[in-house]
This record gives sequence, C-alpha cells and structure tokens, in this order.
Amino acid sequence: MTAARGLLRHGLTVYAVCYLSFLYVPLFLLPLFSFNDSIFIAFPLSGFTTKWYVQMFQDDAMHRALWNTVKVGVMASLVSTILGLFAARALTRYAMPGRSVVLGFATLPLFIPDIVLGISLLILMTSVGIPLSLVSVALGHVMLCLPFAIAVLLSRFEGFDRSYEEASLDLGENGWMTFWRVTFPLVLPGIVSSLLLTFIVSFDDFLIAFFLSGTEPTLPVYIWAQLRFPFQLPGVLALGAAILLGSCTVVVIAEWIRSWGVKGETHSHIAGI
Amino acid sequence: MAAAHGVMGDAPVRSTRHFLHSETLRGYFLVSPALAALIFTLAAPLTLLVLYSLWTQNDLTLDTNPSLAQYERVFGTDAYRVLFLRSLGISSLVTLLTVAMAYPMAYFVAFKVKRAKFLWLIALTVPFWTSYLLRVFAWKIILGYNGVINSGLISLGLISDPFEFLLYNPTAVVVTLAHAFAAFAILPIYVSLEKIDRSLLEAAADLGDGPVSRFFRITLPLSVPGVIGAAVLIFVPTTGDYVTPALVGGTDGLMIANMVQVQFARVNNWPLGAALSIASMGAVAFVACMTIVMARFAVRRIR
Repeated sequence: MTAARGLLRHGLTVYAVCYLSFLYVPLFLLPLFSFNDSIFIAFPLSGFTTKWYVQMFQDDAMHRALWNTVKVGVMASLVSTILGLFAARALTRYAMPGRSVVLGFATLPLFIPDIVLGISLLILMTSVGIPLSLVSVALGHVMLCLPFAIAVLLSRFEGFDRSYEEASLDLGENGWMTFWRVTFPLVLPGIVSSLLLTFIVSFDDFLIAFFLSGTEPTLPVYIWAQLRFPFQLPGVLALGAAILLGSCTVVVIAEWIRSWGVKGETHSHIAGI
Repeated sequence: MAAAHGVMGDAPVRSTRHFLHSETLRGYFLVSPALAALIFTLAAPLTLLVLYSLWTQNDLTLDTNPSLAQYERVFGTDAYRVLFLRSLGISSLVTLLTVAMAYPMAYFVAFKVKRAKFLWLIALTVPFWTSYLLRVFAWKIILGYNGVINSGLISLGLISDPFEFLLYNPTAVVVTLAHAFAAFAILPIYVSLEKIDRSLLEAAADLGDGPVSRFFRITLPLSVPGVIGAAVLIFVPTTGDYVTPALVGGTDGLMIANMVQVQFARVNNWPLGAALSIASMGAVAFVACMTIVMARFAVRRIR
C-alpha cells in the first residue's frame, strides 16, 4: 500500500514537472531565438546577437504602436477598475436582489468569443457614429477588462471584516472619512492588483483592437501585420520576448500585491494608518 | 438605473430620504456606472448584431426588412456546415484534452503540495496572462516546416527530411489551443478539489476503500462541478477562436470565426457575418447545455 502510494506521489510529481514544461517551453523559445544570429528560426543556433533588439529600438512604427497600446491600456484599466470598485462595493455591502444577474452580466464577456465581441462593437461604433480610433478600442477594452476588475475587487471586499468600518463609525468618523481612512487602505492592494491585471488584459488584446483600431494600430495589431513578412520574424521575436518578460513581471507583482493582508496582516495595515 | 426601477417596481418609495436609505437602491446606484458601461459596450452591440443578422446586404445597400434569409444561407450551405462541424469537433477535442491533462495537475496541487501552493498556482496561471497572440506564434515557430521540431530533429540526425504534417492542419490547432487554455481548466478543477471535505476521504479509507476506489467514489464525483466549469470555460471561447486557426490551421484547419472575419472585412457582407456568429454561439450554447445535463445525470447515476 505504501509503495503504491509512494509511486502515485512520485508519478504525480513527475507529471507536474512535465506539465509545467509543456506550459513554459514554448514561451522560452521566443527569448531563445531572439538572441540567435540568423534570419531563420531554426536549430542549430548560429551565434549570439543583440541586433534584433537594436533593430526593435529603432523601429518608429513599433514605438507608435507601443505608445498607442499604453494609452489604451491606461484608459481601460483606470475606467474598468473604478467601475469595478463601485460594483464590487455594492455587491458585497448591500443586500441586492438580482445580485447574481448583475454578476452574470458582468462576467458574460468571458463566455463570448472575442470575434463576436469585436464585430458587434464594430457594428455599434459605425451605427452610433464613433470613428474607429484609440477611443473606440479603449471603450471595447473597458468591457473586456470589467470581469477581471470585478473578480479581483470582489475577492478583496469579501475578505475584509466589516467591524473595522463599524468601529470607525462608532468612534465618530463620518461615512466619507471612514471610507477614506479605513475601507480604502484595506482595499488598496485589490485596486493596485486590478489596475495591473486589467492593463495586461488590454495590452494583450488583439482581436477587439484588430476590428476597432482603424488607422492607429496597437502593439498586437502591429505584430499581426509583421507576421506576414518572414524577414520581420526575428524582430517580432525580440519584441515578443520583451513583452513576455514585461507581462510576467507585472502579473507576479499583481498577484503578490493581491495576496497582501489576506493572512493576518490586516491589523498591520490598520495600524499603519 | 433602468434595472433598479425594474427590481424595485412595487417597493413604496415615499421620499428622497427613504429613496437614498434603501439598501437595494444604494447598491444599484453604485453598480449603475458599471451596468451602464456594460449596456453600452455589450448589450447594445449584441442587440445590433442580432438585428444585422435579420437584414440583407444587396451589394452596397443594406435592406433592413427583417428576414431569415441569412440563417437559411448559413444552414443551407455545405461549406458553412463543414466549418461549423469542424469548429465544434476541434473545440470538443481541445476541451477533452485540456481537462484530462489539467486534472492530475490540479489534483497534485490540491492534495500533494503542502507548502507553497500559492507559488504553484502562480506558476500555472502566469502563462495565461501573457499575450495570446505570442503564445500562438510560438507554436507556429515550433511546428513550422523549418521550425523548431523539424530543424531540431534534423540537426540531431534523427530525420533527413522535415515532417510536413506538423503545421497547417486541425491537429496543430488542437495542440495550440490546448496549450493556450490550460489555465482555464486548472483553476476550476483545483477549486473544486480543494473544497472536498478531507474527512470524507478518511471515512472511506476507514471503511475499507483503497486509494483507487476512493478516488472514483468520492474525489471524482465531488469534483465534477469543477470539471464542468472548466469544460464550459474552454469549449465556449475555443469554438469561436480566430487567431489560432488563422496562424497554424492552414486551409483545412480554418474555423467559423475565420469565415465571420472574412464577411466583415473582405466580402463586406455584415448581415451574413452576424448570422454566422449568432448561429455559432447558439450551437455552442446548445452543445454546452446538453453536455452539462448529461454530466449531471451521469453523476447522479454514480451516486
């Protein structure tokens, strides 16, 4: 029995390691070949070079696309996090009939293929007369980001103890000051985490931007256009490696911040005010 | 605020004071900006999409007399039927494969990892947050004619001519999608496994169940909600996936989303594109509901 269990445990560990490799090896190929001194993405590697990165830094069209993506990402993450903050507060604080309907509505974008979201937004923009631009992309991204903002903030609001707010009100603070001095600091990690994660969601989106960006491409739309030209591929690899590294860093930071104060650190947050 | 009135329909609202102090109204007041944004960017566009699918494109003019002509075309054309069946087939395969591969992984984190569970979960979800386009592109590099696998095997001397069957076919689409949607499977299954009351497992062991029968009689049935959740989260978006078939699918691997895009871009027949996308969402919803009903029934039989 023990032997069988040991085998099972061992087998599972091996499986877990294989699974992680399956997840990560494809991603590691981008940085690996981005330093390869060849126009072909193939083995054997033909020597170390940083010229693809130099080429990337000199590419003006890429810079414009990057700047467009950042502008859209900042708008979408700010708006979706603020909307999500109000919504999550309401959904946890007030007895609301129809709560599950609201939640279902807000998570609906996760269950609709991006292409359908993209074309229906395209129809909306042309029907209402909003020109295709970074603004229309940002509008679409607010919808795309909202489920993530609400999920992150909801878990933060659910995790905190109402008695802190009650104590503050009992001690004579008004509603606004209570929110500002008690509630806000407690939810702050959730807000930061939501801002970072929604920025990433917006930054990575290709399809909605593909339909809505008009003549101002975001970075994924720019990359898509480059993929048609084989001689551009090493440049895409360098850019891709940089994006992967950037988004992994941001996500790890976001998750780390999100876990703040969850395990008994709430007191130190309050004490720190 | 329309929703608030709907819900509060028969509640007596006598004064502004009362109005502001009602818990429900306060809640809906706070939710209303998000609801308004969703109505404008989700409900309105989807309604317009349905409207468009009932219209007809005559060369440059749009005939707005409602008709089911587009749907007749969608269901009556063999080429579209092939695309529908292929999309559903590919995403069913992806769903099965991804869930089957993710289950042992989720089981490992839920039951075998004692410390650093958080780190494992982060490690498993970080790839999901990276650019989808780049992940698909990575598979194009791996599977290509002069790609990583072919050139690797050739430089190792294992083969002399590159394999041609790796890229541009439905299998490439399945593999790429299974990789891209891994996190969608792991998290729901992990949550349902983590929730299982450990004393049930002890009770089964005390009553003489071995590890295997214990797994099939307790762990697996109790984790079915997670498995269903994972399956829906994978099946629904993969059926409508555009990027993967476009990059690694070739002609034989094209799916319904690629046809939708063609109608909206090159052919400029928006009504047909709208009907195609609504029909595909309908088909997905139908298959997903049937599967859920069947899975529930199966679980009841086991119990």
